[in-house]
Amino acid sequence: MIAQHKLALAQVLTRARRAPLAWLMMVAVIGVTLALPAMLYVALENAQRLAGGLATAPQISLFMAMDASQEQVADVEARLKNHAGVASWRFVSRDEAWKNMQADADLADVAAGLEKNPLPDAFIIDPREHDNPAALDTLQQELQQWPGVERAQLDAVWVKRLHGLLALGNKLVILIAALLGFALLIITGNSIRLQIANQHEEIQLSRLIGATDRFIRRPFLYAGTLYGIGGGIAALLTVLAATWFFNESVTEITALYASDFRLTVPLADMALTLITGSALLGWLASRFAVNRALSGIESY
Amino acid sequence: MIKFDRVGKLYPGGHEALNNLSFEIAQGELVFVTGHSGAGKSTLLKLIAGLERATSGTVLIGHQNISQLRRAALPFLRRKFGMVFQDHKLLYDRNVFDNVALPLHINGVVGQEAAKRVRAALDKVGLLGRERAMPVTLSGGEQQRLAIARAVVSRPEILIADEPMANLDDSYATDLMRLFRSFHQVGVTVLIATHARGGEQSGSDRVLHLTQGKLA
Repeated sequence: MIAQHKLALAQVLTRARRAPLAWLMMVAVIGVTLALPAMLYVALENAQRLAGGLATAPQISLFMAMDASQEQVADVEARLKNHAGVASWRFVSRDEAWKNMQADADLADVAAGLEKNPLPDAFIIDPREHDNPAALDTLQQELQQWPGVERAQLDAVWVKRLHGLLALGNKLVILIAALLGFALLIITGNSIRLQIANQHEEIQLSRLIGATDRFIRRPFLYAGTLYGIGGGIAALLTVLAATWFFNESVTEITALYASDFRLTVPLADMALTLITGSALLGWLASRFAVNRALSGIESY
Repeated sequence: MIKFDRVGKLYPGGHEALNNLSFEIAQGELVFVTGHSGAGKSTLLKLIAGLERATSGTVLIGHQNISQLRRAALPFLRRKFGMVFQDHKLLYDRNVFDNVALPLHINGVVGQEAAKRVRAALDKVGLLGRERAMPVTLSGGEQQRLAIARAVVSRPEILIADEPMANLDDSYATDLMRLFRSFHQVGVTVLIATHARGGEQSGSDRVLHLTQGKLA
Protein backbone atom coordinates (compact mmCIF):
# COMPACT_ATOMS: atom_id res chain seq x y z
CA MET A 1 0.00 0.00 0.00
CA ILE A 2 2.82 2.40 0.90
CA ALA A 3 4.56 1.30 -2.30
CA GLN A 4 1.47 2.35 -4.27
CA HIS A 5 1.62 5.81 -2.68
CA LYS A 6 5.31 6.12 -3.41
CA LEU A 7 4.58 5.16 -6.98
CA ALA A 8 1.88 7.81 -7.37
CA LEU A 9 4.13 10.44 -5.82
CA ALA A 10 7.03 9.49 -8.08
CA GLN A 11 4.70 9.75 -11.06
CA VAL A 12 3.62 13.25 -10.05
CA LEU A 13 7.20 14.38 -9.47
CA THR A 14 8.24 13.02 -12.86
CA ARG A 15 5.45 14.97 -14.53
CA ALA A 16 6.39 18.08 -12.59
CA ARG A 17 10.01 17.71 -13.66
CA ARG A 18 8.89 17.34 -17.26
CA ALA A 19 6.88 20.57 -17.12
CA PRO A 20 8.53 22.70 -14.41
CA LEU A 21 7.21 25.99 -15.78
CA ALA A 22 3.57 24.94 -15.57
CA TRP A 23 4.20 23.72 -12.07
CA LEU A 24 5.92 26.93 -10.97
CA MET A 25 3.14 29.01 -12.45
CA MET A 26 0.50 27.14 -10.48
CA VAL A 27 2.54 27.50 -7.30
CA ALA A 28 2.99 31.23 -7.99
CA VAL A 29 -0.73 31.75 -8.62
CA ILE A 30 -1.67 29.99 -5.40
CA GLY A 31 1.10 31.77 -3.49
CA VAL A 32 0.10 35.25 -4.60
CA THR A 33 -3.59 34.59 -4.05
CA LEU A 34 -3.04 33.36 -0.51
CA ALA A 35 -0.48 36.05 0.29
CA LEU A 36 -3.11 38.78 -0.07
CA PRO A 37 -5.36 37.79 2.86
CA ALA A 38 -2.29 36.72 4.83
CA MET A 39 -0.75 40.19 4.49
CA LEU A 40 -4.03 41.83 5.47
CA TYR A 41 -4.07 39.60 8.50
CA VAL A 42 -0.53 40.62 9.43
CA ALA A 43 -1.44 44.30 9.08
CA LEU A 44 -4.51 43.81 11.25
CA GLU A 45 -2.62 41.84 13.92
CA ASN A 46 -0.06 44.62 14.17
CA ALA A 47 -2.74 47.32 14.30
CA GLN A 48 -4.36 45.43 17.14
CA ARG A 49 -1.05 45.18 18.95
CA LEU A 50 -0.55 48.91 18.47
CA ALA A 51 -4.07 49.72 19.72
CA GLY A 52 -3.58 47.55 22.78
CA GLY A 53 -0.49 49.49 23.80
CA LEU A 54 -2.03 52.93 23.51
CA ALA A 55 -1.04 55.20 26.43
CA THR A 56 -3.99 57.59 26.14
CA ALA A 57 -6.51 55.50 27.98
CA PRO A 58 -10.16 56.55 28.03
CA GLN A 59 -11.47 58.49 31.01
CA ILE A 60 -14.87 58.95 32.60
CA SER A 61 -15.91 62.43 33.62
CA LEU A 62 -18.39 62.33 36.50
CA PHE A 63 -20.37 65.56 36.94
CA MET A 64 -22.25 66.07 40.19
CA ALA A 65 -25.69 67.67 40.20
CA MET A 66 -25.66 71.45 40.88
CA ASP A 67 -27.71 70.87 44.02
CA ALA A 68 -25.66 67.92 45.26
CA SER A 69 -24.80 68.16 48.93
CA GLN A 70 -21.35 67.92 50.47
CA GLU A 71 -22.36 64.57 51.92
CA GLN A 72 -23.18 63.22 48.48
CA VAL A 73 -19.80 64.39 47.14
CA ALA A 74 -18.05 62.71 50.06
CA ASP A 75 -20.13 59.60 49.49
CA VAL A 76 -19.11 59.41 45.79
CA GLU A 77 -15.51 59.94 46.81
CA ALA A 78 -15.74 57.04 49.27
CA ARG A 79 -17.38 54.79 46.71
CA LEU A 80 -14.68 55.55 44.12
CA LYS A 81 -11.99 54.74 46.65
CA ASN A 82 -13.43 51.25 47.13
CA HIS A 83 -14.48 50.50 43.54
CA ALA A 84 -12.59 47.67 41.86
CA GLY A 85 -13.13 49.07 38.35
CA VAL A 86 -11.47 52.39 39.13
CA ALA A 87 -7.71 52.71 38.78
CA SER A 88 -7.36 56.31 39.95
CA TRP A 89 -9.46 59.47 40.17
CA ARG A 90 -9.11 63.15 40.67
CA PHE A 91 -11.61 65.55 42.24
CA VAL A 92 -12.14 68.92 40.55
CA SER A 93 -14.29 71.21 42.72
CA ARG A 94 -16.63 73.70 41.07
CA ASP A 95 -14.55 76.59 42.43
CA GLU A 96 -11.36 75.14 41.01
CA ALA A 97 -13.02 74.58 37.63
CA TRP A 98 -14.40 78.14 37.68
CA LYS A 99 -10.92 79.55 38.37
CA ASN A 100 -9.46 77.46 35.59
CA MET A 101 -12.10 78.70 33.24
CA GLN A 102 -11.48 82.32 34.10
CA ALA A 103 -7.74 81.77 33.76
CA ASP A 104 -8.05 80.20 30.33
CA ALA A 105 -7.42 82.90 27.74
CA ASP A 106 -9.93 81.45 25.29
CA LEU A 107 -12.70 80.98 27.84
CA ALA A 108 -12.17 84.16 29.92
CA ASP A 109 -14.59 86.15 27.77
CA VAL A 110 -17.28 83.54 28.18
CA ALA A 111 -16.69 83.42 31.92
CA ALA A 112 -16.92 87.21 32.17
CA GLY A 113 -20.35 87.10 30.54
CA LEU A 114 -21.69 84.76 33.20
CA GLU A 115 -23.12 86.12 36.43
CA LYS A 116 -22.31 83.15 38.62
CA ASN A 117 -20.35 79.91 38.48
CA PRO A 118 -22.30 77.46 36.23
CA LEU A 119 -19.91 74.57 36.78
CA PRO A 120 -20.63 71.53 38.96
CA ASP A 121 -18.20 69.53 41.09
CA ALA A 122 -16.58 66.80 39.01
CA PHE A 123 -14.46 63.67 39.23
CA ILE A 124 -12.05 62.60 36.48
CA ILE A 125 -11.78 58.83 36.62
CA ASP A 126 -9.25 56.46 35.02
CA PRO A 127 -10.97 53.06 34.68
CA ARG A 128 -8.93 49.93 35.26
CA GLU A 129 -10.09 47.97 32.18
CA HIS A 130 -9.45 50.79 29.76
CA ASP A 131 -9.26 48.66 26.60
CA ASN A 132 -12.50 46.77 27.14
CA PRO A 133 -15.37 48.82 25.71
CA ALA A 134 -18.04 46.64 27.29
CA ALA A 135 -16.54 47.02 30.78
CA LEU A 136 -16.25 50.76 30.25
CA ASP A 137 -19.91 50.97 29.33
CA THR A 138 -20.93 49.00 32.39
CA LEU A 139 -18.85 51.22 34.67
CA GLN A 140 -20.23 54.37 33.11
CA GLN A 141 -23.81 53.16 33.59
CA GLU A 142 -23.12 52.20 37.19
CA LEU A 143 -21.62 55.58 38.03
CA GLN A 144 -24.59 57.27 36.41
CA GLN A 145 -26.90 55.66 39.01
CA TRP A 146 -25.06 56.96 42.06
CA PRO A 147 -26.99 59.53 44.13
CA GLY A 148 -26.07 63.13 43.43
CA VAL A 149 -24.52 62.29 40.07
CA GLU A 150 -25.89 64.39 37.23
CA ARG A 151 -23.96 62.77 34.41
CA ALA A 152 -21.19 60.21 33.88
CA GLN A 153 -19.59 60.85 30.54
CA LEU A 154 -17.39 58.27 28.84
CA ASP A 155 -14.94 59.99 26.53
CA ALA A 156 -13.96 56.72 24.93
CA VAL A 157 -16.07 56.69 21.82
CA TRP A 158 -12.97 56.62 19.68
CA VAL A 159 -11.71 53.48 21.44
CA LYS A 160 -15.00 51.83 20.63
CA ARG A 161 -14.74 52.97 17.07
CA LEU A 162 -11.20 51.62 16.77
CA HIS A 163 -12.20 48.25 18.16
CA GLY A 164 -15.20 48.24 15.88
CA LEU A 165 -12.98 48.95 12.91
CA LEU A 166 -10.56 46.21 13.89
CA ALA A 167 -13.42 43.73 14.25
CA LEU A 168 -14.67 44.81 10.84
CA GLY A 169 -11.15 44.30 9.49
CA ASN A 170 -11.14 40.78 10.93
CA LYS A 171 -14.39 39.98 9.16
CA LEU A 172 -13.03 41.46 5.95
CA VAL A 173 -9.95 39.23 6.14
CA ILE A 174 -12.12 36.16 6.67
CA LEU A 175 -14.39 37.14 3.78
CA ILE A 176 -11.50 37.81 1.40
CA ALA A 177 -9.78 34.59 2.45
CA ALA A 178 -12.98 32.63 1.83
CA LEU A 179 -13.55 34.21 -1.59
CA LEU A 180 -9.95 33.72 -2.70
CA GLY A 181 -10.01 30.18 -1.32
CA PHE A 182 -13.02 29.50 -3.50
CA ALA A 183 -11.21 30.98 -6.49
CA LEU A 184 -8.22 28.74 -5.72
CA LEU A 185 -10.50 25.70 -5.64
CA ILE A 186 -11.62 26.55 -9.15
CA ILE A 187 -8.13 27.36 -10.45
CA THR A 188 -6.52 24.24 -8.99
CA GLY A 189 -9.46 22.08 -10.00
CA ASN A 190 -9.21 23.35 -13.54
CA SER A 191 -5.49 22.68 -13.72
CA ILE A 192 -6.07 19.13 -12.49
CA ARG A 193 -8.89 18.76 -15.00
CA LEU A 194 -6.45 19.66 -17.79
CA GLN A 195 -3.97 17.10 -16.50
CA ILE A 196 -6.70 14.50 -16.46
CA ALA A 197 -7.57 15.37 -20.05
CA ASN A 198 -3.89 14.89 -20.92
CA GLN A 199 -3.87 11.48 -19.23
CA HIS A 200 -7.21 10.50 -20.71
CA GLU A 201 -5.83 7.50 -22.61
CA GLU A 202 -3.94 6.22 -19.63
CA ILE A 203 -7.00 6.49 -17.40
CA GLN A 204 -9.18 4.71 -19.92
CA LEU A 205 -6.66 1.92 -20.44
CA SER A 206 -6.06 1.55 -16.71
CA ARG A 207 -9.77 1.09 -16.20
CA LEU A 208 -9.96 -1.54 -18.93
CA ILE A 209 -7.21 -3.60 -17.35
CA GLY A 210 -8.56 -3.47 -13.83
CA ALA A 211 -7.48 -0.27 -12.10
CA THR A 212 -9.72 0.83 -9.24
CA ASP A 213 -10.91 4.44 -9.08
CA ARG A 214 -8.71 4.84 -6.05
CA PHE A 215 -5.63 3.91 -8.09
CA ILE A 216 -6.55 6.34 -10.86
CA ARG A 217 -7.38 9.14 -8.45
CA ARG A 218 -4.22 8.85 -6.37
CA PRO A 219 -1.65 10.66 -8.54
CA PHE A 220 -4.04 13.55 -9.16
CA LEU A 221 -4.75 13.94 -5.47
CA TYR A 222 -1.01 14.05 -4.87
CA ALA A 223 -0.61 16.63 -7.62
CA GLY A 224 -3.30 18.86 -6.10
CA THR A 225 -1.89 18.51 -2.60
CA LEU A 226 1.63 19.29 -3.79
CA TYR A 227 0.35 22.38 -5.61
CA GLY A 228 -1.21 23.40 -2.33
CA ILE A 229 1.93 22.83 -0.27
CA GLY A 230 4.08 24.65 -2.83
CA GLY A 231 1.58 27.50 -3.00
CA GLY A 232 1.41 27.75 0.79
CA ILE A 233 5.18 28.00 1.05
CA ALA A 234 5.22 30.60 -1.73
CA ALA A 235 2.56 32.62 0.12
CA LEU A 236 4.55 32.46 3.36
CA LEU A 237 7.70 33.66 1.62
CA THR A 238 5.72 36.46 -0.05
CA VAL A 239 4.34 37.62 3.31
CA LEU A 240 7.79 37.54 4.92
CA ALA A 241 9.33 39.45 2.02
CA ALA A 242 6.54 42.04 2.08
CA THR A 243 6.89 42.49 5.85
CA TRP A 244 10.63 42.95 5.55
CA PHE A 245 10.09 45.47 2.77
CA PHE A 246 7.58 47.44 4.86
CA ASN A 247 9.73 47.35 7.97
CA GLU A 248 12.45 49.20 6.09
CA SER A 249 10.12 52.21 6.00
CA VAL A 250 8.26 51.56 9.24
CA THR A 251 11.42 51.76 11.32
CA GLU A 252 12.32 55.07 9.71
CA ILE A 253 8.96 56.55 10.59
CA THR A 254 8.68 55.13 14.08
CA ALA A 255 12.19 56.31 14.88
CA LEU A 256 10.92 59.86 14.30
CA TYR A 257 8.17 59.21 16.87
CA ALA A 258 10.68 57.67 19.29
CA SER A 259 8.99 54.28 19.05
CA ASP A 260 10.50 50.89 18.31
CA PHE A 261 7.39 49.54 16.64
CA ARG A 262 7.97 47.01 13.85
CA LEU A 263 5.60 44.81 11.88
CA THR A 264 5.90 41.25 13.19
CA VAL A 265 4.64 38.02 11.65
CA PRO A 266 3.37 35.20 13.87
CA LEU A 267 5.62 32.86 11.90
CA ALA A 268 4.75 29.41 13.29
CA ASP A 269 0.98 30.01 13.25
CA MET A 270 1.07 31.54 9.82
CA ALA A 271 3.25 28.79 8.33
CA LEU A 272 0.98 26.11 9.75
CA THR A 273 -2.23 27.80 8.63
CA LEU A 274 -1.03 28.72 5.16
CA ILE A 275 0.59 25.43 4.26
CA THR A 276 -1.95 23.02 5.72
CA GLY A 277 -4.86 25.16 4.56
CA SER A 278 -3.46 25.40 1.09
CA ALA A 279 -2.64 21.70 0.93
CA LEU A 280 -6.19 20.90 1.98
CA LEU A 281 -7.60 23.22 -0.67
CA GLY A 282 -5.45 21.57 -3.33
CA TRP A 283 -6.51 18.10 -2.25
CA LEU A 284 -10.16 19.08 -2.22
CA ALA A 285 -9.96 20.74 -5.63
CA SER A 286 -8.28 17.75 -7.26
CA ARG A 287 -10.76 15.40 -5.63
CA PHE A 288 -13.68 17.32 -7.11
CA ALA A 289 -12.00 17.48 -10.50
CA VAL A 290 -11.00 13.84 -10.65
CA ASN A 291 -14.38 12.56 -9.46
CA ARG A 292 -16.14 14.63 -12.07
CA ALA A 293 -13.77 13.44 -14.76
CA LEU A 294 -13.99 9.79 -13.74
CA SER A 295 -17.77 9.75 -13.95
CA GLY A 296 -17.33 11.25 -17.43
CA ILE A 297 -14.94 8.51 -18.63
CA GLU A 298 -17.15 5.67 -17.42
CA SER A 299 -16.52 2.76 -19.74
CA TYR A 300 -19.12 0.28 -18.58
CA MET B 1 -14.18 -21.69 -17.00
CA ILE B 2 -16.24 -19.46 -19.28
CA LYS B 3 -19.91 -20.19 -19.82
CA PHE B 4 -22.42 -18.21 -21.90
CA ASP B 5 -26.07 -19.06 -21.38
CA ARG B 6 -28.51 -17.51 -23.88
CA VAL B 7 -26.56 -14.28 -23.85
CA GLY B 8 -27.82 -11.27 -25.77
CA LYS B 9 -26.37 -7.80 -26.17
CA LEU B 10 -28.54 -5.01 -27.41
CA TYR B 11 -26.83 -1.63 -27.83
CA PRO B 12 -28.74 1.57 -27.20
CA GLY B 13 -30.27 2.53 -30.52
CA GLY B 14 -31.43 -0.99 -31.26
CA HIS B 15 -28.33 -2.63 -32.72
CA GLU B 16 -28.37 -6.26 -31.63
CA ALA B 17 -24.71 -7.36 -31.45
CA LEU B 18 -25.26 -10.80 -29.90
CA ASN B 19 -28.37 -12.94 -29.94
CA ASN B 20 -29.13 -15.91 -27.72
CA LEU B 21 -25.55 -17.12 -27.52
CA SER B 22 -24.69 -20.26 -25.55
CA PHE B 23 -21.29 -21.96 -25.35
CA GLU B 24 -18.71 -23.10 -22.86
CA ILE B 25 -14.94 -22.80 -22.86
CA ALA B 26 -12.89 -25.07 -20.61
CA GLN B 27 -9.76 -24.06 -18.75
CA GLY B 28 -6.63 -24.20 -20.91
CA GLU B 29 -8.48 -24.20 -24.23
CA LEU B 30 -7.33 -22.28 -27.29
CA VAL B 31 -10.38 -20.85 -29.03
CA PHE B 32 -10.70 -18.75 -32.16
CA VAL B 33 -13.67 -16.43 -32.49
CA THR B 34 -14.20 -15.78 -36.18
CA GLY B 35 -16.66 -13.88 -38.31
CA HIS B 36 -16.89 -10.84 -40.54
CA SER B 37 -16.41 -7.43 -39.02
CA GLY B 38 -19.63 -6.49 -37.28
CA ALA B 39 -20.47 -10.12 -36.53
CA GLY B 40 -20.09 -9.48 -32.78
CA LYS B 41 -16.57 -10.80 -32.07
CA SER B 42 -15.41 -7.74 -30.14
CA THR B 43 -18.66 -7.60 -28.20
CA LEU B 44 -18.22 -11.24 -27.22
CA LEU B 45 -14.69 -10.61 -25.90
CA LYS B 46 -15.80 -7.47 -24.05
CA LEU B 47 -18.59 -9.38 -22.32
CA ILE B 48 -16.10 -11.97 -21.13
CA ALA B 49 -13.59 -9.43 -19.85
CA GLY B 50 -16.21 -7.43 -17.99
CA LEU B 51 -15.82 -4.41 -20.24
CA GLU B 52 -19.47 -4.50 -21.20
CA ARG B 53 -22.59 -5.95 -19.64
CA ALA B 54 -24.93 -8.45 -21.33
CA THR B 55 -28.51 -7.24 -21.75
CA SER B 56 -29.91 -10.76 -21.38
CA GLY B 57 -28.73 -14.22 -20.32
CA THR B 58 -25.88 -15.02 -17.98
CA VAL B 59 -22.11 -14.91 -18.38
CA LEU B 60 -20.25 -17.12 -15.93
CA ILE B 61 -16.52 -16.72 -15.36
CA GLY B 62 -15.30 -19.39 -13.01
CA HIS B 63 -18.54 -19.78 -11.10
CA GLN B 64 -19.25 -16.10 -10.92
CA ASN B 65 -22.18 -14.57 -12.75
CA ILE B 66 -20.52 -11.40 -13.98
CA SER B 67 -23.74 -9.91 -15.34
CA GLN B 68 -24.70 -9.24 -11.74
CA LEU B 69 -21.33 -8.01 -10.50
CA ARG B 70 -21.24 -4.75 -8.56
CA ARG B 71 -19.43 -1.91 -10.27
CA ALA B 72 -16.80 -1.82 -7.52
CA ALA B 73 -15.98 -5.50 -8.12
CA LEU B 74 -15.33 -5.08 -11.83
CA PRO B 75 -11.68 -3.96 -11.60
CA PHE B 76 -10.85 -7.20 -9.80
CA LEU B 77 -12.61 -9.29 -12.44
CA ARG B 78 -10.74 -7.48 -15.22
CA ARG B 79 -7.40 -8.29 -13.59
CA LYS B 80 -7.99 -11.97 -14.29
CA PHE B 81 -7.65 -11.29 -18.00
CA GLY B 82 -4.78 -10.30 -20.20
CA MET B 83 -6.25 -8.11 -22.92
CA VAL B 84 -4.67 -7.43 -26.29
CA PHE B 85 -6.77 -4.66 -27.79
CA GLN B 86 -7.50 -4.23 -31.46
CA ASP B 87 -5.90 -0.75 -31.41
CA HIS B 88 -3.09 -1.82 -29.02
CA LYS B 89 -3.85 1.06 -26.63
CA LEU B 90 -0.16 1.64 -25.95
CA LEU B 91 0.77 4.75 -23.97
CA TYR B 92 3.00 6.86 -26.16
CA ASP B 93 4.19 9.20 -23.41
CA ARG B 94 6.30 6.51 -21.72
CA ASN B 95 8.82 3.90 -22.71
CA VAL B 96 8.38 0.19 -23.36
CA PHE B 97 9.28 -0.78 -19.80
CA ASP B 98 6.73 1.56 -18.22
CA ASN B 99 4.02 0.42 -20.63
CA VAL B 100 4.45 -3.16 -19.51
CA ALA B 101 4.76 -2.19 -15.84
CA LEU B 102 1.32 -0.53 -15.73
CA PRO B 103 -0.77 -3.69 -15.07
CA LEU B 104 1.68 -4.71 -12.33
CA HIS B 105 1.35 -1.33 -10.67
CA ILE B 106 -2.43 -1.65 -10.86
CA ASN B 107 -2.05 -5.02 -9.14
CA GLY B 108 0.13 -3.50 -6.47
CA VAL B 109 3.36 -5.09 -7.68
CA VAL B 110 6.16 -2.50 -7.68
CA GLY B 111 9.91 -2.16 -7.41
CA GLN B 112 12.34 -5.02 -8.04
CA GLU B 113 9.63 -7.67 -8.28
CA ALA B 114 7.85 -5.62 -10.96
CA ALA B 115 11.07 -5.01 -12.88
CA LYS B 116 11.84 -8.73 -12.88
CA ARG B 117 8.42 -9.60 -14.25
CA VAL B 118 8.48 -6.82 -16.85
CA ARG B 119 11.80 -8.11 -18.20
CA ALA B 120 10.50 -11.68 -18.23
CA ALA B 121 7.48 -10.59 -20.27
CA LEU B 122 9.60 -8.53 -22.64
CA ASP B 123 11.97 -11.45 -23.05
CA LYS B 124 9.06 -13.70 -23.91
CA VAL B 125 7.99 -11.45 -26.82
CA GLY B 126 11.56 -10.68 -27.91
CA LEU B 127 11.70 -7.02 -26.86
CA LEU B 128 14.12 -7.34 -23.95
CA GLY B 129 16.70 -5.04 -25.51
CA ARG B 130 14.15 -2.30 -26.21
CA GLU B 131 12.89 -1.52 -22.72
CA ARG B 132 14.05 2.12 -22.86
CA ALA B 133 12.62 2.69 -26.35
CA MET B 134 9.50 4.80 -26.86
CA PRO B 135 6.58 2.96 -28.50
CA VAL B 136 6.51 5.29 -31.54
CA THR B 137 9.97 4.08 -32.50
CA LEU B 138 8.76 0.46 -32.70
CA SER B 139 7.49 -1.19 -35.88
CA GLY B 140 3.88 -2.35 -36.15
CA GLY B 141 4.82 -5.92 -35.29
CA GLU B 142 6.92 -4.81 -32.31
CA GLN B 143 4.07 -2.67 -31.02
CA GLN B 144 1.77 -5.68 -31.25
CA ARG B 145 4.27 -7.76 -29.28
CA LEU B 146 4.60 -4.97 -26.72
CA ALA B 147 0.83 -5.07 -26.29
CA ILE B 148 1.06 -8.83 -25.73
CA ALA B 149 3.86 -8.43 -23.18
CA ARG B 150 1.63 -6.01 -21.29
CA ALA B 151 -1.27 -8.47 -21.45
CA VAL B 152 0.71 -11.40 -20.02
CA VAL B 153 2.93 -9.62 -17.51
CA SER B 154 0.47 -10.21 -14.65
CA ARG B 155 0.32 -13.92 -15.58
CA PRO B 156 -3.43 -13.95 -16.26
CA GLU B 157 -5.42 -17.16 -16.43
CA ILE B 158 -7.13 -16.02 -19.59
CA LEU B 159 -5.54 -14.22 -22.52
CA ILE B 160 -7.90 -12.40 -24.85
CA ALA B 161 -6.72 -10.93 -28.15
CA ASP B 162 -8.94 -8.88 -30.42
CA GLU B 163 -7.76 -9.09 -34.06
CA PRO B 164 -4.07 -9.36 -33.13
CA MET B 165 -3.06 -10.41 -36.63
CA ALA B 166 -4.75 -7.51 -38.40
CA ASN B 167 -2.39 -5.32 -40.42
CA LEU B 168 0.57 -7.68 -40.04
CA ASP B 169 2.60 -9.50 -42.71
CA ASP B 170 2.11 -13.24 -42.96
CA SER B 171 5.52 -13.98 -41.46
CA TYR B 172 4.79 -11.71 -38.49
CA ALA B 173 1.37 -13.29 -38.09
CA THR B 174 2.93 -16.75 -37.96
CA ASP B 175 5.42 -15.61 -35.30
CA LEU B 176 2.63 -14.09 -33.30
CA MET B 177 0.52 -17.23 -33.56
CA ARG B 178 3.48 -19.26 -32.30
CA LEU B 179 3.66 -16.89 -29.33
CA PHE B 180 -0.03 -17.35 -28.49
CA ARG B 181 0.33 -21.12 -28.78
CA SER B 182 3.26 -21.02 -26.36
CA PHE B 183 1.02 -19.38 -23.74
CA HIS B 184 -1.62 -21.99 -24.44
CA GLN B 185 0.93 -24.73 -23.91
CA VAL B 186 1.70 -23.52 -20.38
CA GLY B 187 -1.98 -23.74 -19.45
CA VAL B 188 -3.33 -20.28 -20.24
CA THR B 189 -6.84 -20.14 -21.71
CA VAL B 190 -6.45 -18.23 -24.97
CA LEU B 191 -9.22 -16.51 -26.94
CA ILE B 192 -8.36 -14.95 -30.27
CA ALA B 193 -10.74 -13.01 -32.48
CA THR B 194 -9.87 -12.90 -36.18
CA HIS B 195 -11.95 -11.45 -39.00
CA ALA B 196 -12.04 -14.56 -41.14
CA ARG B 197 -11.20 -18.24 -41.21
CA GLY B 198 -7.55 -17.81 -42.03
CA GLY B 199 -4.26 -19.59 -42.01
CA GLU B 200 -3.73 -19.10 -38.27
CA GLN B 201 -5.91 -21.99 -37.21
CA SER B 202 -4.94 -25.61 -37.59
CA GLY B 203 -7.55 -28.33 -38.05
CA SER B 204 -7.66 -29.29 -34.40
CA ASP B 205 -8.36 -25.78 -33.06
CA ARG B 206 -11.74 -24.94 -31.70
CA VAL B 207 -13.52 -22.20 -33.64
CA LEU B 208 -16.57 -20.17 -32.62
CA HIS B 209 -17.87 -18.69 -35.86
CA LEU B 210 -20.24 -15.76 -35.51
CA THR B 211 -22.68 -14.55 -38.11
CA GLN B 212 -24.79 -11.52 -37.21
CA GLY B 213 -24.49 -12.20 -33.51
CA LYS B 214 -25.30 -15.90 -33.71
CA LEU B 215 -23.13 -18.98 -33.59
CA ALA B 216 -22.92 -20.63 -36.99
